[in-house]
Amino acid sequence: MFYYSIKIFLVGVFLIFFGGILSLLFWRKQKLSILVGTLGAVSGSILGLIPAIKVLLSGGKESLYIAWSIPFGAFFVEIDAISAFFLLCIFILSIITAIYGSRYLLEYKNKSLAKAIFFFNVLISSMAMVVVSANGMLFLICWEIMSIASFFLVTFEDEHKHVRQAGIVYLIATHIGTAFLLVMFILLGRESNSLDFDKFAAIKLLPSSMASIIFILSLVGFGTKAGLVPFHIWLPEAHPAAPSHVSALMSGVMIKTGIYGIIRVLTFLPNPPLWWGWLLIIVGAVSGVIGVLFALAQHDIKRLLAYHSVENIGIITMGLGLGVVGINSGSQILAILGFGGAILHILNHALFKGLLFLGAGSVVSAAGTREIDELGGLGKNMFVTSVTFLIGAVAICGIPPLNGFISEFLIYTGSFKGLITKQLDLAAVSIIIIGSLALIGGLALACFTKVYGIVFLGEPRSKHAMNVQESSMIMLVPMIILAALCVFIGLFSSITINWLKQCISQIAGIGPDVVSSQILPLSNILIKVSFAAFCLFAAIAILLFIRKKMLSAEKVSIAPTWDCGYAKPDARMQYTASSFAQPLVDTFKMILRTRKITEPIKDLFPVEGQFESSTPEVSRDYLFNPIFRVIYLLLGRLRWLQGGNIQLYILYIALTLIALIIWKLR
Amino acid sequence: MDNISIRIIQPILALILSPLLFGIINRTKAFFAGRKGQPLFQTYFDLWKLVHKGVVYSKTTGWIFRAGPIINLSAILLITLFIPLGHSKAVIFFDGDIFLVIYLFALIRFFTIIAALDTGSSFEGMGASREAQFSALTEPALFLALAAIACGTGKLSLSEILVSITSKFWLSHISIILFVAATLIIVLLTENARIPVDDPNTHLELTMIHEVMVLDSSGPDFAFIVFASALKLWVFTALFAGVLIPDIGFGFWPNLGICVLAVLCVSVVVGIIESCIARLKLLFVPHFIFIATVFAVLAMVFVLRK
Repeated sequence: MFYYSIKIFLVGVFLIFFGGILSLLFWRKQKLSILVGTLGAVSGSILGLIPAIKVLLSGGKESLYIAWSIPFGAFFVEIDAISAFFLLCIFILSIITAIYGSRYLLEYKNKSLAKAIFFFNVLISSMAMVVVSANGMLFLICWEIMSIASFFLVTFEDEHKHVRQAGIVYLIATHIGTAFLLVMFILLGRESNSLDFDKFAAIKLLPSSMASIIFILSLVGFGTKAGLVPFHIWLPEAHPAAPSHVSALMSGVMIKTGIYGIIRVLTFLPNPPLWWGWLLIIVGAVSGVIGVLFALAQHDIKRLLAYHSVENIGIITMGLGLGVVGINSGSQILAILGFGGAILHILNHALFKGLLFLGAGSVVSAAGTREIDELGGLGKNMFVTSVTFLIGAVAICGIPPLNGFISEFLIYTGSFKGLITKQLDLAAVSIIIIGSLALIGGLALACFTKVYGIVFLGEPRSKHAMNVQESSMIMLVPMIILAALCVFIGLFSSITINWLKQCISQIAGIGPDVVSSQILPLSNILIKVSFAAFCLFAAIAILLFIRKKMLSAEKVSIAPTWDCGYAKPDARMQYTASSFAQPLVDTFKMILRTRKITEPIKDLFPVEGQFESSTPEVSRDYLFNPIFRVIYLLLGRLRWLQGGNIQLYILYIALTLIALIIWKLR
Repeated sequence: MDNISIRIIQPILALILSPLLFGIINRTKAFFAGRKGQPLFQTYFDLWKLVHKGVVYSKTTGWIFRAGPIINLSAILLITLFIPLGHSKAVIFFDGDIFLVIYLFALIRFFTIIAALDTGSSFEGMGASREAQFSALTEPALFLALAAIACGTGKLSLSEILVSITSKFWLSHISIILFVAATLIIVLLTENARIPVDDPNTHLELTMIHEVMVLDSSGPDFAFIVFASALKLWVFTALFAGVLIPDIGFGFWPNLGICVLAVLCVSVVVGIIESCIARLKLLFVPHFIFIATVFAVLAMVFVLRK
């Protein structure tokens, strides 16, 4: 066969990697180092997009197999529609964030930037390799490189203690996840006598208990990377610690490699039982609601966005669960709507979350703080940032006419379709999805009106927010592109959904023709949604005109905000993010357990008071800390084994290997 | 031809009659209080006066504050095209238009809230915060209620759902209809800032929700806001009436007459509710909304039991 596409892809990946190496070599010349790294990332990603788009639109598979001397390992890469879809997300966001990063990194004065560029490029190329690896060994190697590269990016500012801590949490979490994956691949390999993915897919008759064990292992292992509750604890630590363009890339696409893993494993295991769907939906619903609730309680803009990633991963997982339920019950339309909604949401989330993180980066670099309550009124000086951030905020709340609405629309439609069958199983999962999606929608709206309103509107709340300056064009253009893509998918959703046909067909295991015929009525509905959106814009334009006419003869004057008769209003009297969210945070205090420190007012004329609130991670305090404490106690007894030098540990490893070999040879 | 006029008349009626609902509510309240009350057409007079006035903008505000009223009115105008009156098809309908309508309400809410925050006033911030809280809690109730009725009728668009509520369906699904209607009335009171959730006539900024969010709006902007909230009330009452009162089977025009009458009656009922009960303490409002969710879940249980 022709290896044409796959070669273009590999050249692209190599270019990205090579750009990283070059930037390391030129580390003394900062400008040059950034330039070659960014050029490598952008050109390589554009090259990689070509085969991705080709396969995504036309279907089929492109693969390359080169045998390795490592047992069970092989350089086996394959681009099918699923990989192509993920490659599309990865490369688009990589181009955008690489360009943004080339300017953003200059904020870090007196720091060697070559390291950040190098690991950034390594991260892109390893992510691309993860989603095309078709061999377990190759997959795990790329997976590890991806984790390590992102670890070094998270700990870029390692002079701060909290950054180092975040890095450690991330490193531990990701490796615990990988441990589960290792077991999963070994089990799959034992069943098929090979670690090649096509052999996995060929085992049709897996004992159901074994299939379920493999599924659970993949859910834990990949779920840790994706950030499913309760394995999400690394996200709110790592995302704020990393530079913003890295957070955008990690949150936008790196965590999606976890979702990719779950989807890939699902294609290995045909005929999923119903309870897998149930499990996915419940885990998704819990992640969605917990994610958005914790986001609501945060004061740090990037930490808040990190929790929203947990929420969106939850929505995606619910979509996957609906798809699995659809396959199980033999309802094709349910499977198509569930999986279709899930993968469209993956793309959408990559776009708007990337946009929001870049916007947050723009805010942070202008104001020098991530505390929402310190900001205010930034929209006046940072017009482009504020408008693009608004588009991202409206999109993430799932509000029409933007892209977030479309993917949620598919999942809602799917669950309503499940509901009206009146089969109890389908109806029950549908109710869970509808209820939690509605709650998530309302809470996300509260959260993003809070962020946008407090950060960009009103008066500056502190000196940080005064005299801010708009970021440079190199940072703004990527944000404008992402915002434009959000609008495009929102307005032309029927086209977009048709691009995803091959991918949906492959995930659901339904023939492309059947998918096409099922999607046809759907895309007709989406055309009507687009029509409604254009009606909305027309109405806005007409009303703008009418108001202009009305005001043309009247007086338009400017005055201070109505202060209800108070004589000396002050910017510090404005509502803050904490006060805005307080009613909802209190309503859900059962889950959030926000800690408040107040000093009660004593005198009739109080001079000073104090109030402080923080919402630490509940599953860390109540789930992982107790577990790790027990493990620490048990393993502490083996302390005497540890000499503290690395040579000794290598000796231990070698001894273990010999012991294993003897045990096997005996 | 008839078909087109049937479809067009529904949003036109909404445009013309919706400001009347405020007048009816206020007259009902006045009657209960033993007052004469304002004229029935007071809202029309107010709107007329407002569009001929100039505007005062706060110097803190930017384009969001100016765009808010326009986006709100546009969105609610779009929503009225989806709302059927008298058990016929609305102007636009398709499978899943329910979600579009509910999320257009979210669009309105989003821009109302950020327009309020744009003024930098702590009072408006307070109102915005409460609006965000209460509407986040009503959303699941509204969704589940509509899901229950969609499940009962087996249809996915508002128009087709309401067309399916025939007298036969109504009799056989009475329990569901009543529970859904109960949810809808609570959602109606919450979303339209009525007692017991919010008091539109209070004079203390601290206690208001919706009114306080538009404190700084004036002139045509405020006219747009008032008209949009009248239309919003109309949409919710029409939905409530459409679910509660079945198709009597004499064709469109009698149905339309009954439906409009019902909408006017519902506003009388809202007026009675406002006259009879006091506003809830803000901390108890979430409990009130949870009741709506409970009703919606019960409706769902009854649907699935069938």
